[in-house]
Amino acid sequence: MSTIQSIAGQNEQHPDIALVERVRAGDVSAYDELVRKYERQIFRIAQHITQNREDAEDVMQDAFLKAYEKLDQFQGNAKFYTWLVRIAVNESLMRLRKRRSGKMVSIDEDLKTEEGSVPRDFADWAPNPEQNYNQSELAGILRKTIQGLPHGFRVVFALRDVEGLSTEETAETLGLSVPAVKSRLLRARLQLRERLSRYFKRKTGPVTPSGIDGVLAPQKGN
Amino acid sequence: MTCTEFLQLLDDLIDESVSAPIRSEIEQHIRCCEHCEVVFNTTRKTIEIYRSNEIYDLTPELRERLHAAIMARCRGCR
Repeated sequence: MSTIQSIAGQNEQHPDIALVERVRAGDVSAYDELVRKYERQIFRIAQHITQNREDAEDVMQDAFLKAYEKLDQFQGNAKFYTWLVRIAVNESLMRLRKRRSGKMVSIDEDLKTEEGSVPRDFADWAPNPEQNYNQSELAGILRKTIQGLPHGFRVVFALRDVEGLSTEETAETLGLSVPAVKSRLLRARLQLRERLSRYFKRKTGPVTPSGIDGVLAPQKGN
Repeated sequence: MTCTEFLQLLDDLIDESVSAPIRSEIEQHIRCCEHCEVVFNTTRKTIEIYRSNEIYDLTPELRERLHAAIMARCRGCR
């Protein structure tokens, strides 16, 4: 049974692979399809890393061009999207380095903070709290909040939780170990939660700034 | 289960990658601990909000301009 499933799995081809094959055969319109399919995601990733719109526009163009030029190096057993994201991440980091006058940019920087490793705000949120803001206000809050995260947390959250890469794909893309991705993801999620709580919590009711363990349990029923 | 143990399993719980017995332990903890319940629900909501809202808007005009530029460069490099 497992052999049958395995063979079936091997024969399943991602639709991108057919498009890649067409591009390799000289059909540029197939690449047009791939660009349309992934340009939003690549633009978002570049924005998350560079935090600059002009840089993100340049990264998006350069990443798609580089992927086109290097298409022969793409291994058909990998996902085209993951491969493309890796190129975009590298281009974004290079762009950041240029902006910082050649200073090396690493996704390990700014991780010394302990903020967010332990939840402190236990106020419950309003039901559908995002509906209390119009689209533009909400986007502003979400942007400001995620931009406040350390670089190494923000990139992991963006790839794993927003763009849908698996933990393993995120680790491979960023050159990190799986445990490092997991640790950063938890802290990114908790820090974002903590910061969004300022905007989304219920307007009434007590807020208890406290630690966890031994402090949490006795609060029940207060 | 303590709150610290709950926190260590939070990501796996959100990503639905915990075994049934562990899930049952977690659920039991959450039923007795209001704070961990809030942390779980609001962390899950945080992810959902970021997933479902476009914070870096690519307007159709900009998208078309960038798309045309990419394709022109690709055609030019053949």
